[in-house]
Amino acid sequence: MAGKTLYDKLWESHVVREESDGTCLIYIDRHLMHEVTSPQAFEGLRLAQRKAWRKDSIVANPDHNTPTNNWDGGIKDPISRLQVETLDANIKDFGALVYFPFKHANQGIIHVIGPENGTTLPGMTVVCGDSHTSTHGAFGALAHGIGTSEVEHVLATQTLIAKRSKRMLIKVDGKVGAGVTAKDIALAIIGKIGTAGGTGYAIEFGGAAIRALSMEGRMTLCNMAIEGGARAGLVAPDAKTVAYLKGRQYAPKGADWDKAVAYWKTLVSDRNAKFDTVIEMDAAKIEPQVTWGTSPEQVLSVGAKVPNPAKEKDAVKRGSIERALAYMGLKADTPINQIQIDKVFIGSCTNSRIEDLRAAAAVAKGKRKAANVKLVLVVPGSGQVKRQAEAEGLDKIFTAAGFEWREPGCSMCLAMNADRLAAGERCASTSNRNFEGRQGAGGRTHLVSPEMAAAAAIAGHFVDIRSF
Amino acid sequence: MKAFTTLNGLVCPLDRANVDTDAIIPKQFLKSIKRSGFGPFLFDEWRYKDVGEPGMDCTNRPLKKDFVLNQPRYKGAQVLLARDNFGCGSSREHAPWAIEDCGFCVIIAPSFADIFFSNCYKNGILPIVASAAIVDQLFRECAAQKGYKLRVDLETQTVRNPAGEWFTFDITPHRKHCLMNGLDEIGLTLQHANEIKAFEKKHKAAQPWLFN
Repeated sequence: MAGKTLYDKLWESHVVREESDGTCLIYIDRHLMHEVTSPQAFEGLRLAQRKAWRKDSIVANPDHNTPTNNWDGGIKDPISRLQVETLDANIKDFGALVYFPFKHANQGIIHVIGPENGTTLPGMTVVCGDSHTSTHGAFGALAHGIGTSEVEHVLATQTLIAKRSKRMLIKVDGKVGAGVTAKDIALAIIGKIGTAGGTGYAIEFGGAAIRALSMEGRMTLCNMAIEGGARAGLVAPDAKTVAYLKGRQYAPKGADWDKAVAYWKTLVSDRNAKFDTVIEMDAAKIEPQVTWGTSPEQVLSVGAKVPNPAKEKDAVKRGSIERALAYMGLKADTPINQIQIDKVFIGSCTNSRIEDLRAAAAVAKGKRKAANVKLVLVVPGSGQVKRQAEAEGLDKIFTAAGFEWREPGCSMCLAMNADRLAAGERCASTSNRNFEGRQGAGGRTHLVSPEMAAAAAIAGHFVDIRSF
Repeated sequence: MKAFTTLNGLVCPLDRANVDTDAIIPKQFLKSIKRSGFGPFLFDEWRYKDVGEPGMDCTNRPLKKDFVLNQPRYKGAQVLLARDNFGCGSSREHAPWAIEDCGFCVIIAPSFADIFFSNCYKNGILPIVASAAIVDQLFRECAAQKGYKLRVDLETQTVRNPAGEWFTFDITPHRKHCLMNGLDEIGLTLQHANEIKAFEKKHKAAQPWLFN
């Protein structure tokens, strides 16, 4: 008999009931929330005079609309302010296990604060009205984004209506070279499978190169699973997972801890488990990645040249390349390391954790940003990350290099607050999406690792971090 | 939720792959705490020459005339014809809210992004997956015939072109039932409240640390 995958184990341990067509009710352990996708869900509850089923499953904080500087000035945009205040009011009325309002010392990006407070644990089901909920799969939790109607459904019933996904294993064996990060692995995977490659799948990441990643690296990787089309990414918990969680505020304690760790050790795919699709990659062949277009799959190694649409035979793909080059203001066959940039963004739920900031600081130390670079924003993922970085003196390194050190939040990843690109501006960004207009209407985004972003800030154009 | 049963609707072709939710409804409109009013801002950056802001009156904004939504022949379209991986990107339900508010209730594409796909069903929109060959044919027919309509019947799970040719599509019985009857899923799920409570009790006994 075939064994079970990690995904199967997580799924089966949360099925409340199953219909004859395979539609299941899945129990939800952790409900993360931010201000953007929750107001209409709470409004729905109120209209139907329903309560939250289990308020202690809720971990919430505002992150998308919050400013990253001049906190004393509050939120200037009245529409943004109303949305944040609406979350305050909804949590007050319906309750939560954890709520960090705007300006709280621990406030941050919801996908950063969940793990750092121990509210994301292996074996859990985790949802949030946010596609980057896949981040939490780094802990061996079944975690994915949901829409606002589903947020309301989880609030009211503690369950989600879902069907089992197909199972994909992406095995990255071998060892990455110096300067190659979890972000590069993620982008290389998306370059290989495409942005729809994981559609309908839960992806488990395995192999020596994945095991070698820190928890921060695994979060970066699982965060980007959604950019490969997969709602959920997974890494099996191991000693690193356990060490990361031990002692965190909401992690189990005492006898519960031992029992939990024993259970977490069973959360691995069995040796004879069957996956619907297996993809194997050699870590040693992955180079630092830079996206050139308007979809994360439009990505190449830093030493490559921007593609030439004339060489593409498929008409739909050729059209995509032509549109992307026009939007990005790039000429076919331009070497990527000759592309000049205007701004740099280091942050987002993909790359704003302490390890990311350390990596960027190591590159920036003792250097200055290039004259053509107008702004380098460094936005920590949470209050805790910010304090840790300041304790290590990273903020000083950044400011000495001419970078701006900001307050935590989503910031210019999606530019819902005041941090944004002007039309035509080109940005090296550690975020997750290079869609048209994502970082500001007409803005041009190139996705890279924190190291590559910092190096681009210093050089004024993309450079191969390995020879920087 | 409003019910969906049948439709004979004008088709609007959006001929590009990987249309993402940032393109469908840009982030500035996500600041709203309401579910309605997103229609005028659907595909805002492709549709208008200026940058849209929430609350703006769109009646006199400068249009990008070439964009399909601005072409008179597609005015009043209810079927959106799209390419691969439609709705990729964020989980924002504002995307289907905007599409629905603009008058569309069917989207036909070779593939959809997962979260967008399930969000559609919660809002009375029927997303139909058709083979790439069929979608190619529909794009060709739509370009060739002004006033091109498709007849969609959820009961029989069929789509019929003006020539009477038809294809079938898949949908889970649960989704079909909810969509045809415009049902409130929460009400349906709460009929199983005792099963949820029983599961919760067992789950808590096995992993008490999940309930602190």
